[in-house]
Amino acid sequence: MRSSKGMPVPLQFYGTPLPGIDYSELHGKLIVIEGPDSVGRTTQVTRLRVWLEQHGHAVLDTGMARSALAGKGIQEAKKGNTLGPITMTLYYTTDFADRLVNEIIPALRAGFVVLTDRYIFSIMARAIARGEDRAWIEKVTGFALVPHKVFYLRASVKDLVSRVVLGRGRFDYWESGMDLRFGRNMFESFVKYQTRLIHVFDRLARTYDIQMIDASRPADEIFHELQTSISRLFTPQPRIRKMAEGNGVAPRRRTAKKA
Amino acid sequence: MENCSQPYPIFFMSVFVPNRYQGKLIVVEGIDGSGKSTQLSLLSQWLRSEGYAVAFSEWNSSPLVRQTTRRGKRKEMFTPTTFSLIHATDFADRLEGYIQPLLQAGAIVCADRYAYTAFARDVVRGVSSSWVRNLYRFAIKPNLAFYFRVPLDVALGRILGGRDALKYYEAGMDLDLSRNIEESFRIFQGRILEEYEAMAEEMGFHVIDATKSIERQQKEMRRILLKELGDSLPNGVLEAPRA
Repeated sequence: MRSSKGMPVPLQFYGTPLPGIDYSELHGKLIVIEGPDSVGRTTQVTRLRVWLEQHGHAVLDTGMARSALAGKGIQEAKKGNTLGPITMTLYYTTDFADRLVNEIIPALRAGFVVLTDRYIFSIMARAIARGEDRAWIEKVTGFALVPHKVFYLRASVKDLVSRVVLGRGRFDYWESGMDLRFGRNMFESFVKYQTRLIHVFDRLARTYDIQMIDASRPADEIFHELQTSISRLFTPQPRIRKMAEGNGVAPRRRTAKKA
Repeated sequence: MENCSQPYPIFFMSVFVPNRYQGKLIVVEGIDGSGKSTQLSLLSQWLRSEGYAVAFSEWNSSPLVRQTTRRGKRKEMFTPTTFSLIHATDFADRLEGYIQPLLQAGAIVCADRYAYTAFARDVVRGVSSSWVRNLYRFAIKPNLAFYFRVPLDVALGRILGGRDALKYYEAGMDLDLSRNIEESFRIFQGRILEEYEAMAEEMGFHVIDATKSIERQQKEMRRILLKELGDSLPNGVLEAPRA
């Protein structure tokens, strides 16, 4: 897939591209941090941003339910008690599509490093953990760009429980999957729902090119591992990345910015 | 990449989930000005007078999604895909929270527009036809889908005369078909009409000739309903309590 003239090769899609969107000249890097609630994603994104900026990279960070179009609507819907699982999945997909077109793609075109706190994999995992069909949601979110790098911060349910209890001090309704009531109370439901999510993520990580990071370690160690991997994106060495169905070859860019 | 492992061509892929409930789902489709809402209203009044529990659901009417749709329209911030997705979200909310429970309870649910509207409109907006069909795969298959066939000029004549000013997305202005809003609406509706016609057979629409008189169309709808659902109506469909 490397173009013979050394020109940048366009980023790939998992499925059908968005209609009517100009994908040319996307010079930036798209980096995704995935992982369950309370695993420490936000901390890492914040530190990565500072580090990348210190090295001269312009950074855009974005995350779920932050779109101008649907962000507010999702927050409102989550306050009520009627949001069904398919509706939630599609609402988040709307939010993602809006951010992809209006934030992520323009930033990539401008040569930014886009750090995204969650991507389509969280939308997929939540839907699948709630019993939706995997083939369905994979195709629905298929307009997503294949990122340069996807990290999954993985922790055990036990770790997550202690992070929640020691951190916020109470279980969140949605993070506990209480909309489907997986258990008799918030704790039981949290444990069952998060266990399902971890299983789903593990399966997704096997199909998509996702780098697992053991998030049970201290934040500094995690940060160091992320730094090491991300640095490689900025050095010109050919890499081959697998796509959703294992038959795609990764696009490579020629830029040799030193990280 | 298109799903290469798809066992059947997309044409034969089962769109929708079968209706396993005792209630019945009846939908009407057609371009603006085809008269479908009038006919559905008459049909539902008749069913009510026959003693059945009848419920209504209208396209793009979920309270959960309303603010977002409004914001997107007011600020003209939709792309074809977000337009498609927000309507699917709206539809999912009505299906999960309203249509499905009512069907399970045994009601006759009448829907003014259904997923077919998205299949026609979103494809005209440039969204991939197989993507949007997959998007709505969770929808329950209607027991009856009426399609009101009408020539473009007849429908336009009914609409452009006696109605409020056309709106931006309604007229397909986002597609840059014409700078004149009426002209844009005309072209947009014409393309939607082509999409409806192309799917009519595949989707098993009962086609109603919408150039006929209101009375004749209604008679035809009732005849079709009795022929298709007549035997199953007395068993299981919820009836209003006798006064």
